Amino acid sequence: MSKELEPLADPGLPEHVHRKADIDPIAAKRAERQVAVLFALSGAGTLLFIYSFFFIKDDVFIFLPIMGNTNAHQLGIGMGMALSLLFIGFGAVHWAKTLMPDQEVIAYRHELKSAPEDRSEFIKTAKEGAEQAGLGRRPLIKRSLAAAVGLAGLPAVILLRDLGPLPGNSLNETNWKTGTKLVTDPGDRPIKASDLEVGGVAQVMPALLAGQKRTLEDIAKDAVLLIRLRPSEFQLDAERLSWTHEGIIAFSKICSHMGCAVALYEQTTKHLLCPCHQSTFDVTRAAKVIFGPSARPLPQLAITVDADGYLIAKQPFTEAVGPSFWERKS
Amino acid sequence: MTARERVAGTVANYVDERTGAAAWMKKNLQKVFPDHWSFMLGEIALYSFVILLLSGTFLTFWFDPSMRHVVYEGSYQPLKDVEMSAAYASALHISFDVRGGLLMRQIHHWAALIFMAAIVVHLLRVFFTGAFRKPREFNWILGIALLTLGIVEGFLGYSLPDDLLSGTGVRIAHAIIQSIPVVGTYLSFFAFGGAFPGEIFIPRIYIVHVLLLPGIFLALITVHLMLVWYQKHTQYPGPGRTEKNVVGYPLMPVYMAKAGGFFFIVFGVTAFLGAVASINPIWLYGPYTPGQISAGSQPDWYMGWLDGLVRMAPPIETYIFGYTISWNILIPGLIVPGIIFTGMALYPFIESWLSGDKREHHLLDRPRNVPNRTALGVMSLTFMVIAMINGGNDIIATHFDLSINQIMWFSRIGIIVLPPLAFVITKRICLSLQRADRELVLHGKETGRLVMLPHGEFIEVHEELSAEKKFTLTQHEQPKAIALVKEDAGGVLNPKGIRARLQARFSAANAENIAKPTATEVKELEGGHH
Repeated sequence: MSKELEPLADPGLPEHVHRKADIDPIAAKRAERQVAVLFALSGAGTLLFIYSFFFIKDDVFIFLPIMGNTNAHQLGIGMGMALSLLFIGFGAVHWAKTLMPDQEVIAYRHELKSAPEDRSEFIKTAKEGAEQAGLGRRPLIKRSLAAAVGLAGLPAVILLRDLGPLPGNSLNETNWKTGTKLVTDPGDRPIKASDLEVGGVAQVMPALLAGQKRTLEDIAKDAVLLIRLRPSEFQLDAERLSWTHEGIIAFSKICSHMGCAVALYEQTTKHLLCPCHQSTFDVTRAAKVIFGPSARPLPQLAITVDADGYLIAKQPFTEAVGPSFWERKS
Repeated sequence: MTARERVAGTVANYVDERTGAAAWMKKNLQKVFPDHWSFMLGEIALYSFVILLLSGTFLTFWFDPSMRHVVYEGSYQPLKDVEMSAAYASALHISFDVRGGLLMRQIHHWAALIFMAAIVVHLLRVFFTGAFRKPREFNWILGIALLTLGIVEGFLGYSLPDDLLSGTGVRIAHAIIQSIPVVGTYLSFFAFGGAFPGEIFIPRIYIVHVLLLPGIFLALITVHLMLVWYQKHTQYPGPGRTEKNVVGYPLMPVYMAKAGGFFFIVFGVTAFLGAVASINPIWLYGPYTPGQISAGSQPDWYMGWLDGLVRMAPPIETYIFGYTISWNILIPGLIVPGIIFTGMALYPFIESWLSGDKREHHLLDRPRNVPNRTALGVMSLTFMVIAMINGGNDIIATHFDLSINQIMWFSRIGIIVLPPLAFVITKRICLSLQRADRELVLHGKETGRLVMLPHGEFIEVHEELSAEKKFTLTQHEQPKAIALVKEDAGGVLNPKGIRARLQARFSAANAENIAKPTATEVKELEGGHH
């Protein structure tokens, strides 16, 4: 190495400086007492826990600054437990820091790789083993074994077949059929156009048949939002406009992005916002995406009224509701 | 010999005659560990894991992982007579009708957050100090595996109570699975036993959460620690510390007391948080139903970046031959995380390949002395932080009265522009710090004492550094650029081609350092410093 690049010499480990407790027996005694006090405080924490657990009712509240009204039972057992643990820790660390040796020692590293003779012997053993098994000489055994082991893995995969049914066409279907009554959710009451004021929003579900129960799977596909605007506010093509009724427009409430409930309606801008990822849909333009990650409008449900004036579905959804999937027709 | 020593001797003899443990114990009780606060980060993760096992076991005594419908009859009045899943009802039961149940739930949740935070900060420490270099590449990969599993385990854990918030999270996970091309629909039907949400998902993720993943964790953590033990811990550079030694304290008694005590401190802090800081108050959210949602839905912090990426994704889907590909889900939900985690796992090999450095390294780097790696780390962090900020864009918007659209556009542009900027700035800062080190070694510390010389000139008195400090600041290696050999003397092209070119560029970038002071320079200035 040239002289210009000569690095600074290593001065070696600095000299050890003794702590007070190492040289002064009084300081050592004091440290010992401090450790014992810390351990005793831990015991006090345990007592606090036991007392709070058995003797403070869980409906007692106390007022504390910053925390406000606090459940005394919860606070008592929690703080008791925390203190009993913390002070064991503090005691042990204080003990280590004041009384246990603090002189650094040096250990030496050894090369991780094996000695050359071990390596060559290993190679010899492995080769001999392979030789004795005849793996190289008997390819038929090798290949048939590989094939057998590979095939034996199949049952493990096949066994999982009954984890669930095949999707079939179910993702494209909902319980909305032609003529299905819109009912309020909650309440299950049929709804008339006059029940909804201009500017109002309502969540509806398809009416249940007698004896039918609504499952969460149904809600995950059927939830629909009704929004009433002034008919003049719509900017829809003729077909979509015919899907509305007296300014009432119906959209799937299940987000076309990842399936959250699109629950936030901004009355002034007439935007629907999904709280999960902020996809924003313009109600006046058939829920066109105007912001956020969703790539598709919310599916619109065509609605009309039956002979009694109750709102019904004119036809099923014309596209799959909810998040996209591979087989989805655009 | 006292009576106690006799008993201990008898027991030790009994065990040793059957196991021969004395030789192994003798050696390992004297095992030396270097001391540094940053080596405690991994310890926090380990202790949090133990706390998770303990508190989690407690919770399983009451938790009923079933999606069967029940009517709530417990003591929390606002939800009385509400229909809900048995899982949610039992989580409410633990919170309100089991003494200490709420405390343990909160300890469990806080421990999970601390576990993940400790893993991430530990990983950053290992990255920025170059502790992943040979021979510790395997342990780095194990660490990445633990991080990945931790994210999954945490997500499954907070999904179990089946409240409105966690159900929304499951809904999003379902959409990610369903978006996978070709097989996504089938996978989601298999995972959920049919259409979302079904009645079997909670019991399934329960067994994964309490048995399968903890088992894998236990195995991986064991190997992770055994490798640390066997390869011996890295150490920070300093006087007396070399690539061939370990300077520190012996396991017995110092580390037993310190590490043992530290476990109790971590547990105590977690219990303190569980006692005073409410976390995941599931009773406020109500039971899950797909038709409802609470505004401001947020995942736990370690999922925030993923949610942020999903939120900022451009609204792109392709329809081709009657099939749909949801890029708006695939890119942020699977492709980008896949690239990030694969890149992280492979980083030690990439760096060694590019630098051609195949030596063992036991002395840690000071981040400023490896500007490119440090800058790369800060660049990745910047990416993650922006993604995470966007994951909370709704909360930020409401708290700081900002427009959510502006935050989203800031993130969308920032996530592309700011990371490279962070790289450049970090590299410049590293070089400036190197320059400052050089100044310190050659001219000493500024003391703030001004002296007027006889001819009227003012100078500031500089105090010379100790030999130890000077050595610490100059002990590192400064790599030289590898010259690119395009063809040899005979005109034969370099067979390494692209690799040689990459290595040359990379080593040239790595060689960009402020020359550290040499012994000669220091000697020349000695005595005459000003």
